[in-house]
Amino acid sequence: MKDPRIWGLKKSPWVYHLAAAPCNNCDIEILELLTPRYDVERFGVVLVGSPRHADALLVTGVLNRKSLPRVLEVYEQTPKPCLVIGVGTCACGKQIFRNSYNVVGPYDKYMPVHAYIPGCPPKPETMILGVVKALAKL
Amino acid sequence: MSGRRIVPIGPYHPLQEEPEFFKLIVEGETVVDLEINIGYNHRGHEFVSPELTYDQVPFLVERICGICSNSHPLACVLAIEDCAGIKPPPRADYIRSVVQELERIHSHLLWLGLAGHFIGYNTVWMWAWRYREHVLELFEMITGNRNHYAMNKPGGVRRDIKTEQIPQILAVMDVVDKKVMMLTKAVLDDPVIRSRLEGVGVLTREQAIAYSVTGPTARPSGVDIDVRRDDPHCAYDRVPWDVIVFNEGDVLAKTKARLFEMMESTKIIRACLKDLPEGPIETRVDEVPPGEGIGRTEAPRGEVFHYIRSDGTNRPLRHKVRAPSFMNIASNVVAVKGGSIADAALTLAAVDPCYCCTERMAAFEDGKMKLSGKDLLRLSWQKTERIRERF
Repeated sequence: MKDPRIWGLKKSPWVYHLAAAPCNNCDIEILELLTPRYDVERFGVVLVGSPRHADALLVTGVLNRKSLPRVLEVYEQTPKPCLVIGVGTCACGKQIFRNSYNVVGPYDKYMPVHAYIPGCPPKPETMILGVVKALAKL
Repeated sequence: MSGRRIVPIGPYHPLQEEPEFFKLIVEGETVVDLEINIGYNHRGHEFVSPELTYDQVPFLVERICGICSNSHPLACVLAIEDCAGIKPPPRADYIRSVVQELERIHSHLLWLGLAGHFIGYNTVWMWAWRYREHVLELFEMITGNRNHYAMNKPGGVRRDIKTEQIPQILAVMDVVDKKVMMLTKAVLDDPVIRSRLEGVGVLTREQAIAYSVTGPTARPSGVDIDVRRDDPHCAYDRVPWDVIVFNEGDVLAKTKARLFEMMESTKIIRACLKDLPEGPIETRVDEVPPGEGIGRTEAPRGEVFHYIRSDGTNRPLRHKVRAPSFMNIASNVVAVKGGSIADAALTLAAVDPCYCCTERMAAFEDGKMKLSGKDLLRLSWQKTERIRERF
């Protein structure tokens, strides 16, 4: 049998939504997942309020100089193993902000990232697919 | 020491979608002071914008904010058109108004849902966001994307509204009207919601003027301003509609103002679609001559202002953005004072703050804050005084 920690992670993942420096759009679409149209809570996916309860981190937006230390602190507080999923084109690469002075490197320079979900913003269906694929890879 | 305690909210807090930091200073249960520290969301739009051509800049300013993602490009193209001295064709004006009002409906429904969430009434959240889905579907049909519509370009709009789409838009407007009426009744009649909202976070008329708040934060406090009426652009002076003004200034008045504004929006959309003129949807912009241009429009949160300076090339020399939340967030300091700590989260959210819109600068060293909010306010006041002395 595989590592029991991973076995435990695969059922009902609890996600923590971590906004680095987003435009709010991916964040709203993540909240949209909880509302009646998509309602991912029926699969056991719950948005939790504390990183200490999280099985997966959904990170959105580019990393900037002010949010980077806070994002790293939140990541350190999560119990490991913890899935990190980059949501949106900004999280996948720096894209339109690549030349900005305040934007620091990509996420995988600072923490392991397990999946990227591209789109500006990704549709809620795409987000569900991305989380499912990331879980299947474990 | 007196009984003063500090309650931090943020930067990462379960009630917030965006990173921002509030330091509530409380005595017992009463909030006596508030310190706001933002800047976690600063991405340097004003720096990136001069590197892009005029066709690309609307795409960048769209990404200032995901919720006002039509207001910013609209104000930006109005500024470019002002600089180039061209007028878009009438059909483009009407289409811009339709998309702008659809955005207002989706933003106000979003706020209403979040306000319900903040007072612990998740039923309102679920219901409001359920009806918001219909509006997002309309956006996908008209513009091809649920958010970030990319409708505006200098000289017109990118996509046309087809004749066969109009009945579907009108059908959704009927649904929105019916459900907004239902939510209005719920807010006005429900004793639980009423007791949580009435008399909470009062911003008086004098305070509203002193803090220069705009939009649905100012109008419930009795300040009768609306850029759509005061500085007519698009099709707003060609269709009938009303400005919603209340006098109480509390969160209940802000909620009512937003609910009634949604009904005005459906009225505008219906009128625009009824007299949608025939013709082209864009005029050709060959060059932007040297000069300056301003564009302003009424975003769901208030007045958004863009300034463009051109040197005759195909890129802006300077691009300045002022978003409505910039003033509205500062008014939190007076609105939250004297209230209970349990109402603080709702009062802070009642201005519909949008931090990603606001962040034009950040001051820090090695990830730590260099200047506090009070320092920045002092610098800003000093600058205002210097400008005043010159005139």
